[in-house]
Amino acid sequence: MEGCDHLSPVDTEDVHVLAVDDSLVDRKVIERLLRISACKGVCALSFQGQNGHFSFLCFFFFNFWIFAVTAVDSGMRALQFLGLDEEKSDAFDGLKVDLIITDYCMPGMTGYELLKKIKESSALREIPVVIMSSENVLPRIYRCLEEGAEDFIVKPVKLSDVKRLRDYMTTREVKAGISEERGGENTRMNKRKLRDTTSDLASSPPSVSSSLLSSSSSPSDSPSPSSSPSSSPSLLDSPIRRLRMTNTATTTD
Amino acid sequence: MDVIQLQRKMQEHQTALIREGFLDDQFKQLQKLQDESSPDFVIEVVTMYFDDSENLLKGMARTLEQAPVDFKQVDAYVHQYKGSSASVGAARVKSVCIAFRNFCEAQNLEG
Repeated sequence: MEGCDHLSPVDTEDVHVLAVDDSLVDRKVIERLLRISACKGVCALSFQGQNGHFSFLCFFFFNFWIFAVTAVDSGMRALQFLGLDEEKSDAFDGLKVDLIITDYCMPGMTGYELLKKIKESSALREIPVVIMSSENVLPRIYRCLEEGAEDFIVKPVKLSDVKRLRDYMTTREVKAGISEERGGENTRMNKRKLRDTTSDLASSPPSVSSSLLSSSSSPSDSPSPSSSPSSSPSLLDSPIRRLRMTNTATTTD
Repeated sequence: MDVIQLQRKMQEHQTALIREGFLDDQFKQLQKLQDESSPDFVIEVVTMYFDDSENLLKGMARTLEQAPVDFKQVDAYVHQYKGSSASVGAARVKSVCIAFRNFCEAQNLEG
């Protein structure tokens, strides 16, 4: 809890999320999910604290999560918004996007192509990118994670999926806030930390996919992947657990 | 009292729709997103969905009337329709879309 004290100087910062999806309905839903998950964070914890001091600190902590959401309908427009298209670094500085969440299947430029362009840009590669897709195609998921996506959400997107996104912002922003003096070096360290834990899953695709295959046939056949749940539970909450749930759902179709 | 009765009827209707497979859990998720700050959220999303559906269905009808039928284009429309149906919890529409896509793949015009 001592760490929370350090947060008060940075707690008034807005978190700016850029949502990219060609579907109007999905854009509306994701925008609302993002806004409401931020607000609910404030309310829930201010009630839970019995100790006035505790709830005060936590109010500040979650007050950090005021999501400003910009929704665009294509990868091209996303790049224009990010300033990548016109190569105007001034445009980017003004906008300061903290998280990009994008649909995979889009006409023109897919979410994967958008991800690649972002990770190829020195100005934008630090921004966490999350991919959404209605189809849980394993090779697609691994390809995205290997290209640098933070997470892969299977649609339809739920409140619990969006709440998980806050973890990516916490690690980046909070750690940067706590040790501000280290500046960029610290952010790079966080990125490496995130990558290390993500690569636990992404770097061993054969073993993970075998556990997924075995989950639909014989649950007993899962040697090494069963150890990963204990080491990184929150990450297994992300694409792999969702996959397992949707996999079992689709096999019963 | 009438309002309460109406609300109860609506709740029963919704439960029936879920039981019969027309709606799924995603619709409940949408309802959770509605509150004082956004009191008409569900209506707005569903209205958007209906408008979107109308456009997609018109597009599908138009494409199916052409000869030869561009199944890839029909499939693209159905894919979009499936996506937005899943997002609002329209389970029955979503499963019909899945069947429809199989027909497109097989280029089965009769289907």
